[in-house]
Amino acid sequence: MSTPRITSSRGRVRIRMELGFLLGPATLLFAGFVLAPIGIAIYYSLYSWGGYGPLTDFVGLKNYTDALSGSVFKQAVEHNVLLVALSLLIQLPLAVWIAMLLNRRMRGRALIRVVVFAPYLLSEATAAIIWALMLSKGSFVDQALKAVGLSGQIHGWLADPDIVFYTLFVVITWKYIGFGIILMLAGLQAVPAELREAAAIDGASPWQIMRSVVLPLLGPTIRIWIFLSVIGSLQLFDLVWIMTLGGPAHASTTMVTYMIDHGYKSNEYGYGSAVSVIVFALCFAFALLYQRFVLRRDLDGALTNAVR
Amino acid sequence: MRIRTTRYLGLTAAVATVLTAAACGSGSGGGSKPAAADSTAPATITWWHNGTADPVLSLWQQTADAYHTAHPNVTIKPDPIQNEQFQTKVPLALQGNNPPTLYQQWGGGGEKSQLSSGKVLDLTSAVSSWIGDIGQAATRWQVDGKQYGIPYEQHVVGFWYRKDLFAKAGITTPPTTMDDLNADVAKLKAAGIAPIAIGSKDRWPDAFWWEYFAVRECSVDTLKSQISALKLTDPCFKKAGDDLGTFMATKPFQDSFLGTPAQQGAGSSAGLLANGQAAMELQGDWEGGVMKSLSTDSQLSTKTGWFPFPTVPGGQGDPKAVLGGGDGFSCTKGAPPACADFLKYIDSPEVQTKIASQGVGLPVNPAAASALTDPTLQAVFQYDQQASYVQTYFDIAMPTNVGQALDSAVADFFAGKGSPQSILDSVSSTAGGSNK
Repeated sequence: MSTPRITSSRGRVRIRMELGFLLGPATLLFAGFVLAPIGIAIYYSLYSWGGYGPLTDFVGLKNYTDALSGSVFKQAVEHNVLLVALSLLIQLPLAVWIAMLLNRRMRGRALIRVVVFAPYLLSEATAAIIWALMLSKGSFVDQALKAVGLSGQIHGWLADPDIVFYTLFVVITWKYIGFGIILMLAGLQAVPAELREAAAIDGASPWQIMRSVVLPLLGPTIRIWIFLSVIGSLQLFDLVWIMTLGGPAHASTTMVTYMIDHGYKSNEYGYGSAVSVIVFALCFAFALLYQRFVLRRDLDGALTNAVR
Repeated sequence: MRIRTTRYLGLTAAVATVLTAAACGSGSGGGSKPAAADSTAPATITWWHNGTADPVLSLWQQTADAYHTAHPNVTIKPDPIQNEQFQTKVPLALQGNNPPTLYQQWGGGGEKSQLSSGKVLDLTSAVSSWIGDIGQAATRWQVDGKQYGIPYEQHVVGFWYRKDLFAKAGITTPPTTMDDLNADVAKLKAAGIAPIAIGSKDRWPDAFWWEYFAVRECSVDTLKSQISALKLTDPCFKKAGDDLGTFMATKPFQDSFLGTPAQQGAGSSAGLLANGQAAMELQGDWEGGVMKSLSTDSQLSTKTGWFPFPTVPGGQGDPKAVLGGGDGFSCTKGAPPACADFLKYIDSPEVQTKIASQGVGLPVNPAAASALTDPTLQAVFQYDQQASYVQTYFDIAMPTNVGQALDSAVADFFAGKGSPQSILDSVSSTAGGSNK
């Protein structure tokens, strides 16, 4: 089907008005609540400003150089990057694997799907408080380990700087794996049964079917999950803030907890703005590059070509 | 900025919202009439305070109503605001054109930073006739000799301990020197009791320890001059870190203390003490109230006691110097004269007695001391009254960013990162303009 080309000038004006009418409110909101705050944050980030009085102490890029050369912020970036890596290496295979299990016919499938998805429905704050209580000294997790004879494996889950980050990763995985599974399940539903059957008739083993038929067709879903997961990992805040406040000794600090720590708790609004601009720039750069080089193929068919 | 006294009230934020609505409808008149104001022009005072839960919420509502009854021309509108929101709301309000008439003020470096907004009212002459009644506490709300805020309650940090656990470990009297404390820690450990609880997750309880060692090691003059100059160069501050390191080497704290919160839940340091799982904790006078909310033991207050921070051998500090702080209010420019007069009413024996008797906190007006019902709090108050010098918590005394950097550096030291020197460096580098 091809769109009829509009040639008359009256028609063109009408299209313009229609576009203006439809896009106007959204554009205004976007400019007022997204673009303007970004601009203001960039402006603040060039000053040393404690929140009171006019912005007079212009420091140029000093806030940025301070952040990028500071050991704690570096640690925070490392934690975010490590989180991205762990998510891709552990959460992704886990989500695909569980989704494939749940895609089979079996008794109680609906119930299991609900159970797996339930943590995702809990609010971050609730999940964080529950886990913080379960992980505190002598609580549920320690008791459970003791009950199965693993007393030797009891650690200061949130107290040991060497362990705390991995403890948080387990909680994050528990919290968000359901989302990945639901996405993968939806992706699997879109893989036509005929293709598997055809492959089976051609003599492919179940493993080969999985490897060469199902996984490639699941590709678009996996790529969009990676996109969401990376952005989420870079912006991780609430779970960490409630469970550890970024501690002990910054062992679980992320870029955003670092920003809140300085921007709000220390009243360093200028510096906090600089950190937030850095986080934004990182996420934005990733999003652009990923869309350009990875997602473009998936999005190709989904976009209508522009009206000329 | 944190305010320890009401931190635990944050847990009941949702309840408080309901109570706010309820309290606004129930205007009960006060007893005796407050002192007469000098102006009769109609005036409205908007009042931001952090009493979002009872008993503070009702107390402030009653206080506002009583003042209005005595001065029908003055209407006071209390606006309870969640404690943690003050750190963002006050800067914004002082930037804008319509700041509240009266707002919560913790004095020290935070107050000093607020002055740069040009919106905080100098109360010096308005309160000069009566500010002497509340004694030394008022000086901590002064900047360069001028009174920009007025305290209504004060806080004192010291050791809360379990008498029953001390007895079980064979300790007859609370320790008065560091050697005593070390010996008691050993005795408690031998009896299988966690000697000291600490809420290191929140960082500020760690800072209490380092700050008290500094108060014991440094002379009062050194504390006064070097803290206000943000230059902790005297060797005594380094010694405070050394003392802390030596003490921590005896492993006096509960297991996994680095992940323990101070006030949230039974697993918090206050909860451990309240439920008999640790023998003592270095905390503020609010600890009794926090423990009560975390325990079902109706006899709890008879089982707990208080003793001051022990003396440190060879320390230059005054053994009667105290670490503490308080809560207060500031008026903004353009406030009617009634604003200062209302503060006078808050610090009058009438309201101060309610603050003491309802367990809100330690009054600033000594005339209300007899209304303190809890014997432990009476002891705390007495000790505070006899103190030669009250050192404000360092992080409140210093500008907010420097104070937070100090807390963070001390917390790192507790976690085995950094050194006594790195604690001092955090202050000098942040004060010097570095954000790292």
